[in-house]
Parts: sequence; structure tokens; C-alpha cells
Amino acid sequence: MRWYAPRKLHEALALLTERPDLIPIAGGTDIMVGRDPRACGHDYLSLANVAALRGIRETPAGVAIGALATMTEIGRHPIVCRALPALAASARATGAFAIQNRATLGGNIMNASPAADNAPVLLAYGASVSLMSVARLRHVPYENFHSGYKVTVRRPEEILGEIFVPYAPLGARHYFRKVGTRRAQAISKVGLAALLVGRPGAWERVRFGFSSVAATPILACALAATITGTARGLPDDEGLAEALGRDLAARDDIRSTAEYRRRIALNLVREALAPWRHQGGCDAGQ
Amino acid sequence: MTIPCRFIVNGSAVSGSFPPMRRLLDVLRGECGLTATKEGCGEGECGSCAVLLDDTLVNSCLVPIADVNGREVTTLEGLPKDDPLFAAFAATGGTQCGICTPGMIMAARALLNDCLRPDLSQTREALSGNLCRCTGYGGIYAAIRTASGQGE
Repeated sequence: MRWYAPRKLHEALALLTERPDLIPIAGGTDIMVGRDPRACGHDYLSLANVAALRGIRETPAGVAIGALATMTEIGRHPIVCRALPALAASARATGAFAIQNRATLGGNIMNASPAADNAPVLLAYGASVSLMSVARLRHVPYENFHSGYKVTVRRPEEILGEIFVPYAPLGARHYFRKVGTRRAQAISKVGLAALLVGRPGAWERVRFGFSSVAATPILACALAATITGTARGLPDDEGLAEALGRDLAARDDIRSTAEYRRRIALNLVREALAPWRHQGGCDAGQ
Repeated sequence: MTIPCRFIVNGSAVSGSFPPMRRLLDVLRGECGLTATKEGCGEGECGSCAVLLDDTLVNSCLVPIADVNGREVTTLEGLPKDDPLFAAFAATGGTQCGICTPGMIMAARALLNDCLRPDLSQTREALSGNLCRCTGYGGIYAAIRTASGQGE
């Protein structure tokens, strides 16, 4: 087993070009779980000392979060807390403090679990990520980042640089809720983040990001289309459930059942839409 | 393959050659002979292996030793003998079987270093990564209240 721990980004990129089989590791809170300490089949590229991947930058259009920013740094960051409250909430819902002090946002999405706690929020906010290699830098909308179960579009020679999260318009509803067996530590049964701008019949932006209801974190496009396509008020529960049925590919696993997940997903969508349910929505006509 | 690592544990320099992915937990309990730090789950769920790494709370079962190079570790043995948390845990029944206690005290110490007089909700959040199967947590929260000078 070899361990490379460069300090400079260009050194890390050069190493990965030469050795695309290296396993990048940051905080280690996922990779260290369940690993056989005697196994020595892999070589690692520790990114922990690469200062260029740290930090949270405020820009006029949004917040640029270095891949190595920890959950603690994100959850306490004043601009994130003020302008992107759903992201602050998901960072604080990831593990507990000892995990949050080590776990990075880059690691959470590179590990590419369908249950990644911060994925729904990044989908809802319309985030994008930068992928860097010696040869080039490219930007990928986060909604195109996960290409299959635990698979991303990152090429073997690429390093995740920044996660860019654009600001939401004033007056937007920022929603995040994670449902698990307990509030702390649990891996989610369902996670939902929503960004809602406008009002029934006149929506400007409707984005729902889910975790744990498909092979990857998903942007619920059919749900959004059903909501924005309803001329007056909100779709009724049947309409929401029908749309969700097209977006979700929930399965039974050790944490929950597909049926429970579909039911909870609908409940969370209703909760996200709660501010509008009694103003010109379907409820008002009853 | 092993790599050379030098770091500080409880104020003393430690150096040696370690497999890079060896867990900090195993080095503390093995090479360093510091057995207050316990292994519960080995996957970051239970907090019984919690220590301070550069004054920040971490689960030592999830820290590869290569990442500790050049840094400073504090375990329960490294806290001052008169840390008010020790007497408070004893007085309030915050400890029973004792397995979770070192991790609880390290998490409590990290909380009090950050916040002089935490309220109950701050205390519960700060300890939410530490599981206790005996006390029901009441005595533990009371110990932290007492140690932070908020006892009745």
C-alpha cells in the first residue's frame, strides 16, 4: 500500500495522471468504514493537505465551496447560513460533530451514495461542480454528475475542485428535511430539498432534489413539471403522487421499504408546498 | 509499506513507521498504550473512540494514521486531572458501565471549549454522536451542566 499526500494541486493532478488507479481520500469518514486494516490492495492519494481545495468563497452569483470544506465549516459559515439555509441544514444533518469535523462536501458527493445527505440540496439549488485534470478544467451541472449507482462522470485523472452553489432569488422557499431512524447519525430513508420561487399558477422556479429514493440522488423533474403545469392552484395529492411515481425508483433495502419511501416522499413534498396549500390552491376550492 | 509519522500525543512526541491506513484508534491503544479510548462500533456511529485532533473532536476509528503526521492528539489521559468533567460525571451518575465515558467526556470537553455555558439543546446536539446504553443520558447532561457551573 502506498500513500501519496501532496501539498500542491498541480502535484496531485500530475500524480493522478500518472496513476489514475489511485483512490482519492479526503476526510476518510466513508472510506475508513468497513475497510479491512490488513488489506493492502490499494494505493491512496490523500488530498487533505492540498490547501487549494479548501475554503468557501463568496462571489456575486453564489458561493464557491472547495471540495475539502468540511460539514462544520459549511454549517457555520455566515453567508451559507444566511443565503443558502438548506445547505447549512443538510451539512448539520450529516453525521454528528465528530463526523462533521472531518467529512467534506467533496467526499460526500464523490462517494456517490444515493443517500448522500447534501445531494438533495445541491440539486435543488442548481449547483455545478468543477472537475480538473492536468489537461483541462470543466464544469458539470450537479444534476448530470451522478451517472449510475455509485458512479459519477468524474474521469480517473480528474479531481473535484469546487462546488458552486448559486444564490436563490429573494423570497424563495428553501426546504430541507431528512427522515431517518433518529435525528443524528442515521443514514436517510428519504431526504428532500426544495427551492420554490413564485406561487401557484405563476411559478418562477420549482426544484425538488431527493436522496435515497433511486439508484442516485435525483432531481424530480416530473414532479416539478406537474406543479408548474397546473394553471390554478396546486395539483391534488393524487396528481403529486402520480408525478412522484414517475420520478422515484424507490426500493426495499435494509433501511426501509419502497412503499414507506414513496409515502414519506409525498408527505415531504406536501410539507414543502405547505405555505401555498391554503391560498388559491386546491384546498381553497374545497 | 509503512510510512514515517511524527506527532504529539498528550504533550509527548511520538514517532514511528506505520501502515498509512492504520487507524489512529489502534495506534493509541497499541503503540501508545493509551487504552482509555475505546472501540465500540468501528464505523463512526458510537463515539466511544472520540479524541481531539488539533483540538477538534474526531472519531479515531475513522482517522488514518498518515493523516495525523505533524499534528497533535489529546485523549482522555491527556486532560488535566482536575478537569471539572471528571468529578461532575462521578457526582451525577453520568457514568455506569464506563465504556462510553471517555468518548462522552471528550465530546463534552470539545463542547465546553467552544461554548462556556451550553444549554440542553446545544449539549444534546454536541453529544448526539456518542451512544450510551446504560444511563439514559440524563446523568450525562447533568454532569455537563454541573461542570459548566450551571448546577443547582
